Amino acid sequence: MHELSIVSSIVDSVTETLAAYPGARVKEVRLRVGALASVIEDSLQFCYGIAAENTPLAGSALVVKILPVKARCERCARDVEIASLQSFRCPICEEPVSDLRQGRELEIESIEIEDEVEENV
Amino acid sequence: MTTRIVELRQGILKKNDELARDLRGQFEAAGVLVLNLVSSPGTGKTAFLERTLRELVKSGSKAAALVGDLETDNDARRLAASGAPVRQINTHGVCHLEAEMIGKHLDGWKLADLDYLFIENVGNLVCPSSYDLGEKIRVALLSVTEGEDKPLKYPTLFNSADAAIITKIDIAEPCGFDRAAALRNINEIRPGIRVFETSAKTGAGMAEWLVYLADKQRRLA
Repeated sequence: MHELSIVSSIVDSVTETLAAYPGARVKEVRLRVGALASVIEDSLQFCYGIAAENTPLAGSALVVKILPVKARCERCARDVEIASLQSFRCPICEEPVSDLRQGRELEIESIEIEDEVEENV
Repeated sequence: MTTRIVELRQGILKKNDELARDLRGQFEAAGVLVLNLVSSPGTGKTAFLERTLRELVKSGSKAAALVGDLETDNDARRLAASGAPVRQINTHGVCHLEAEMIGKHLDGWKLADLDYLFIENVGNLVCPSSYDLGEKIRVALLSVTEGEDKPLKYPTLFNSADAAIITKIDIAEPCGFDRAAALRNINEIRPGIRVFETSAKTGAGMAEWLVYLADKQRRLA
């Protein structure tokens, strides 16, 4: 539901970053999104096209890497991957886990840019 | 033409997170306990908050509230009847509150004079979970009319909550509310979370909730 405001933030952040790379064109924006971040990739993609229009990001691709939820299991003394978002239990010992280590990320990892100007030889 | 990768490693909601961090610092310095109340529309957030404010004012505590809605100031007018200072935040279509809206609506309030500040979020179980408002305690509310599996359907919010409130327990029986299933589901998503079973109408469960609030407020100092 709030994907449009999320992609607007992405466009703003990337535009700010581009100030340091005059003349550069954005080819790709790569995100890291936790499975518990409550954003839907399809909606992100749909909104991204709209938000990127008439900005230096127009025509660029949005690549979304979804990160599984990981939590600390005290009994197993290790970080474990939560298989289902309907049950926060260790997949090995079934102990309930509440100390989340991964899964809420909502980050721009990197951007791929292309310089329009020829490099000086 | 050359292609290169620029590492950003930057939170998408960085601006909100930074503002929320500033707010949290202000709240802590002022010794005010801030709670963010989140639920679906119709769960009874306003009725629950009305009762909470009334009880707190009666006991001599200083509580204030910010209430978010897309439109109208109906909720602020309802809550103001408790005697507590209340401000309405109209988001005009935005489906959640953001830290910036909180900051803007604190103008003229002396935080150090407050013991509690309640933020009633826009009725929505999805989007508010992404936006930190600088609160100390996030409260997820669920009414007996909603279905016991709501925590399973909206794990993001319930997993990020510090306390859960079941509302309208006075009508649990006619609604066929399965209490054991609701408690089990809440615990499956957020193991060990504190759960309060309340009725704003009869006052059931409110005493326990007020003890919890007072305890959390004392621990701030």
